[in-house]
Amino acid sequence: MKILLNNREELFDKERMTVSEMLELKKFSFRMRIIKINGVLIPRDNYDSVAISDGDVVQMLYLMSGG
Amino acid sequence: MKFSEIKAHLGKFRIGIAGAGGLGSNCAVALARSGVGTLVISDFDTVEPANLNRQYFFTNQVGKLKTIALKENISRINPDTVVIAHAEKLDKQNIPVIFEGCDILVEAFDSDLMKEILIETVQIKMPGIPLIIGSGLAGWGNNSTIQCRKIDDTLYVCGDESTVADADLPPMAPRVGIVANMQANMVIEILMKKRLEYFQE
Repeated sequence: MKILLNNREELFDKERMTVSEMLELKKFSFRMRIIKINGVLIPRDNYDSVAISDGDVVQMLYLMSGG
Repeated sequence: MKFSEIKAHLGKFRIGIAGAGGLGSNCAVALARSGVGTLVISDFDTVEPANLNRQYFFTNQVGKLKTIALKENISRINPDTVVIAHAEKLDKQNIPVIFEGCDILVEAFDSDLMKEILIETVQIKMPGIPLIIGSGLAGWGNNSTIQCRKIDDTLYVCGDESTVADADLPPMAPRVGIVANMQANMVIEILMKKRLEYFQE
């Protein structure tokens, strides 16, 4: 499957994957983040259940403390 | 466009600011100077001496609630800006209540956990309201790493998205001020676009 991750095309050797699986495959380890799939925010509690499919637009940003 | 016209337009809007620390106090002052009509500011903390390295408060305000101190300071800068102060800790339940009716929200927390709670709550419970967050501003230097990135029409992120504030990399006035003013600048950009749309209709 092919997705758009932060405006870049990314290929995965899978038909479907959960958000958690994507994070693991990409080795994204920093914990504080926001993820939106096709414009919809995915709460962290749902990372194991929400699936990413071919053609999805995924946006991710990191939350750094300090303000 | 003359500043008087810009100010008259910005005066029609209500902006919510979640947090009155380094980001919130500086962003609020920039928006008040620009003529934004109403600021809804929420923070439960009091001013501490350590805050004065970056936050828009004065030594004689130490010990005061930040919301009250900021309201005083804004009234001395632009008395036309109405400040609605809430000295409560924000949570998933009260965020949509406190910021009801705001045209745009600014995330101005220090803690990454609070940033997450605010973003999740606003994006899910207040759909369509633009939210401008700050992420990555610790330390000094590295001007060119700070930017404003549009995720979509409801989410913008200002900051370097990489530095984490801690004891050895503290948040300091210049970089915090840059990000706070960048957030204010984004608010004004969105509001001024509304003016253009209004005249095009």
